[in-house]
Parts: sequence; C-alpha cells; structure tokens
Amino acid sequence: MAVASAVLQSEWTKIRTVSSTVWTLASALFVTVAMGAALCALTNATFDDMREAERLTFDPTLISFSGMILGQLAMVVFGVLVVGTEYSSGMIRTSLAAVPQRATFLFSKIAVAGGLALLVGLATSFLAFFLGQALLGGHRTSIGDDGVLRAVVGGGLYMGLMAVFSMGVAAMLRSSMLSLGILVPFFFLVSQILSAVPKAKEVALYFPDQAGSKVMRVVPDAMNSEEAPYGPWGGLGIMVLWVAASLVGGYLVMKKRDA
Amino acid sequence: MRTLSLGRMIEIEDLTKRYGTKTAVDHLSFQVRPGVVTGFLGPNGAGKSTTMRMMLDLDNPTSGTVRIDGRHYRDLAEPLKYIGALLDAKAMHGGRSAYNNLLCLAQSNRIPASRVGEVLDLVGLTAVAKKKSKGFSLGMGQRLGIASALLGDPEILMFDEPVNGLDPEGIHWIRNLMKALAAEGRTIFVSSHLMSEMALTADHLIVIGQGKLLADTSMADFIQQNSRSYVRMRSPQQERLRDVLHANGFVVVEAGGGALEVDGATTEKLGELAAESGLVLHELSAQRASLEEAFMQMTAAAVEYHAQGTDVHSGAAAPGPRWGTTSEGA
Repeated sequence: MAVASAVLQSEWTKIRTVSSTVWTLASALFVTVAMGAALCALTNATFDDMREAERLTFDPTLISFSGMILGQLAMVVFGVLVVGTEYSSGMIRTSLAAVPQRATFLFSKIAVAGGLALLVGLATSFLAFFLGQALLGGHRTSIGDDGVLRAVVGGGLYMGLMAVFSMGVAAMLRSSMLSLGILVPFFFLVSQILSAVPKAKEVALYFPDQAGSKVMRVVPDAMNSEEAPYGPWGGLGIMVLWVAASLVGGYLVMKKRDA
Repeated sequence: MRTLSLGRMIEIEDLTKRYGTKTAVDHLSFQVRPGVVTGFLGPNGAGKSTTMRMMLDLDNPTSGTVRIDGRHYRDLAEPLKYIGALLDAKAMHGGRSAYNNLLCLAQSNRIPASRVGEVLDLVGLTAVAKKKSKGFSLGMGQRLGIASALLGDPEILMFDEPVNGLDPEGIHWIRNLMKALAAEGRTIFVSSHLMSEMALTADHLIVIGQGKLLADTSMADFIQQNSRSYVRMRSPQQERLRDVLHANGFVVVEAGGGALEVDGATTEKLGELAAESGLVLHELSAQRASLEEAFMQMTAAAVEYHAQGTDVHSGAAAPGPRWGTTSEGA
C-alpha cells in the first residue's frame, strides 16, 4: 500500500505548485474581509436609520462576516479546482497510476487541501471579525462576550467545510466546469433566493450553506430574522452531514468509474 | 523464448471490457516477457489503449485479470518502482513546471527528489525543467511523459503510441531508448498502429483487432509467415534469362520496368545460374512484400473504422480466413 505520509507530501507539492491555489485562497480572504469591513463601516454610519426591531436584534459579530457570501465562492472555486483539474488536465491517470489506492489518493488530497482551506478560513474569519469590530464604533462586541469566539471559530470552520464540500462534488462530477456551473449559482443565487421565499425557506434552512452559517450568529434571530429550529452547532452539524455525503459520493464515483 | 525472470512479466488472462453492448476488449490473454521489446499492434480502435489502461488499473475490466509481477496493480506498494507508463503525453498539469510535475509523482512513491533531475537530464528537458508544461510541444510533452515513466527506475515500461507526433530525431531517440532499456533486461511493452514502426523496434509482437488476439508471435516468425519473399532480377537479355529460369523449374512473374520476380529461390542460386548461362545481370536482389500489407490483411476483418461504410456485423462475426491461419502459426 502506498505510504499515506508520502501521498500527503505529494498532494501538498501539487497544491503549492499551481497558481490557482494562491489566487483563490487570497480572493477568499480579501473579499470576505474587505466586504465585511465596508458593511461594518456603513452600518456604523447608518445605525440610527435601521428599524427598531433590527436595532434590538443587531448582531455585530454576524455583520462582520457579511463578506462571506462572496468570499465563500472563492473557497468553492478553490475546492473544485483542486479536484477538478486532475480530470481536466488528464493528470488523474498519471496520479492514479502512481497511487492506485483510490481512497488513499482522494482523501490525502482532500486532507491537505481541506486543511489549508481551514487555516485560510480561520485567518479570514478572525481578520474579518477584528477589522469589522474596529469599524463598528460604539456598536462593536468583544471576542470575550458570550458566543462570540464560537461564532468566529465557526466562521473559519464554515469556510473550510465549504471548500471540502466542493471537493467532494467535483470528485462526483469529475469536471471543474460542471461543478462550478452548479455550485456557484446554487450558493450565490438559488440558496439565497429560496431562503426568502415562504414555504421554500423551510427547506432552504437545511441547505449546507444556510445551516452551516448559523454558527456565525451570536443573536439567534439576528436582524429580526426567523430563528432556526436548530442551534449554532446543530447547524454546523447539518453542514458536516452534507460534506460527509459529498465525500462518500466522490469516493464511490472515484472507486467505481474508469479514470 | 528468453524467459530471464518470471517476476517481471505482465500476464493478461481472459481480459474483457464492455461499454454497454460494445465490446472493446474481448477475452484477451497474453504475456509480456522481460528482456525484449514487445510490440502491441492493432488498428485504431482495436482496444490497445483500453487494454493498457486496464493493465494500470485505471479502467476496471468487465472480467479477467491483469497480473504484474504476479500481483494485481492495486496491490503494488509503490507502483512507479515496478512499472512506468507513458499513456498520454498531456497527462500532466499544464500550470505546473516539468520539474514539479515529476516531483509530486516522485514523492508519492518515495522516490528521492534527486531522481527528478536525473530523468529530466535523461530525456533532455533539463533546460526547460522550470517551465510550465502547458507551453511544451507535443515532442517535449512526450519526453516529459517518458521521464515520468522512468522516474521509479522500473523493471517494466509501457508506452502507448510513443512516436506519435514526434519529429524524426525524436522517433530515432525513442526507438534507441526502448532497445537500450530492453537490453538491460527490462520488460518493454509498446503499442502502435504502424507495422513499419514495430518492425524496427519490436522483438515480439502481439496483434489485436476489435479487442481480439490475432497473433502472438516473435517478430522474426511474423515476418517469415506474413511476407512473401522473392528475388528480383533485371537483365538486358531478359528473354534468355526467362528461358533459363523456366528450364530450371522456377516460377517467374514479370514485374514492371523489365524486371522479373522469382518466388522460392535464393539470390545465391539464381546468381550462379545466370553466371553458368553467361547472362549479364543488372539487378539481383532479395525482396519482401511489405509487412504493412501483411498487417492490413490480417486485421482487415477486424478493422472497426473503414474508410467506406461496411457491414459491421459481418466483419465482427466472420473473420477472414487469414485470421485463422495466422493465429495458428503464432
């Protein structure tokens, strides 16, 4: 059997030697932090214009993560490309000839790429939080307050899980284009729209992004929204189930299909 | 047959691959032995690449087994140390440098990084080692693929159509490389759809058509059985030469340009005969019908994509008579 540490090292070399790694992860961090900062500054300036219900349920932690709605897409692109380029470049045949144990190959790749995405996600989350709070003026919260640290760490986990979910989907679809064509509109449009439509939003609550993002709320009904029927960790748990399902699916496809 | 070591053989047994109702590889059994270049010949679409992908465990066989070194590919601990393959010159990440493409492969099989430089040197890519491989020409891509095959210094090497797209210098280089590797006792398995190419490199020949084994024979035997050999003669005294040959019981065929073709005779015998009769000869040469022709005849019944529309069913169900005779001779 292939030695797992050798395969991990090999996958790390693969990740660090392509430029897409740097630009996708840098975009995820920059977009999330910059957009979050801008919204925090804007909120601070217009706080008194908000309706009372919104003011009462204001969640300064959550508002500093506003940029994730865009930043998460860069994480999706990172996750998709890590797996998808193996197929689009034809490298998959060379890779599997070198490591024919497909579980070892796939999960080493996902462990390395997922670990990196998690680190970048955590850095993004902490940066977005501290910069956002600095710009919120008197409306800021502190990392020591109840549930805040959980929300900030949760934000990092959310980013990492988003990337890993995308890796599983790309392993199932075996194509970067197809995966991006489905995931990006889904997370950017479909999920957002359905979560605002009556009835549909009951279902949308269980989508991976909707469920997972609840971990970033300190105020459960933040901005006068409806409270989810599960807690913050429950939401992240639902997302973890989605991630597990995509990984199992990706593995089964890789195991069964011809390379 | 030179069977130096049983350990480095590839054994294919009853291998079959179906895609829906289409059978790409049809109960194929053969062995690839060490120390020689084994040519894997067949027309386009005969199932060569599918067979090679199954040998590397990339495609799952519908039935049958492939054993490398007596084991299934998936059970090889670090397979690049046993078997190196060039399947597709473009099977690398174009955004990565040649060096890094090879480095990640080396690391996965615990091959020292210093070996990457060695194989790049061996294939002549040292100067472009840091360049992204997407800028490579087909020939350079082919060399990079060969470098990856040689990375683990394996005893078995497989090349799928290695000369495709190469310039004459590159073709010459690959031929010599394969011969040199075989001379070191390695097992070399190389596919081609060109008989002429095989005739120059292969010692042993496996011919398939429509996924079926058509011949498994040494190159010398294949040439012996499949090419008509004759002696070509030209003389200013053509009429007299013909009479002399007839008188001695030779069958003479008149060819173009005033030449005569004599079957079943040696140049020595015919030269002596001409001298005894005091005849002037302008040409006396041993000839062979082209192997390409023999190969085309052999696979005619099994060629999938004819230039003109043909009845696929009759082609598949009723192989031509040549098929039977050749396989028996193998």
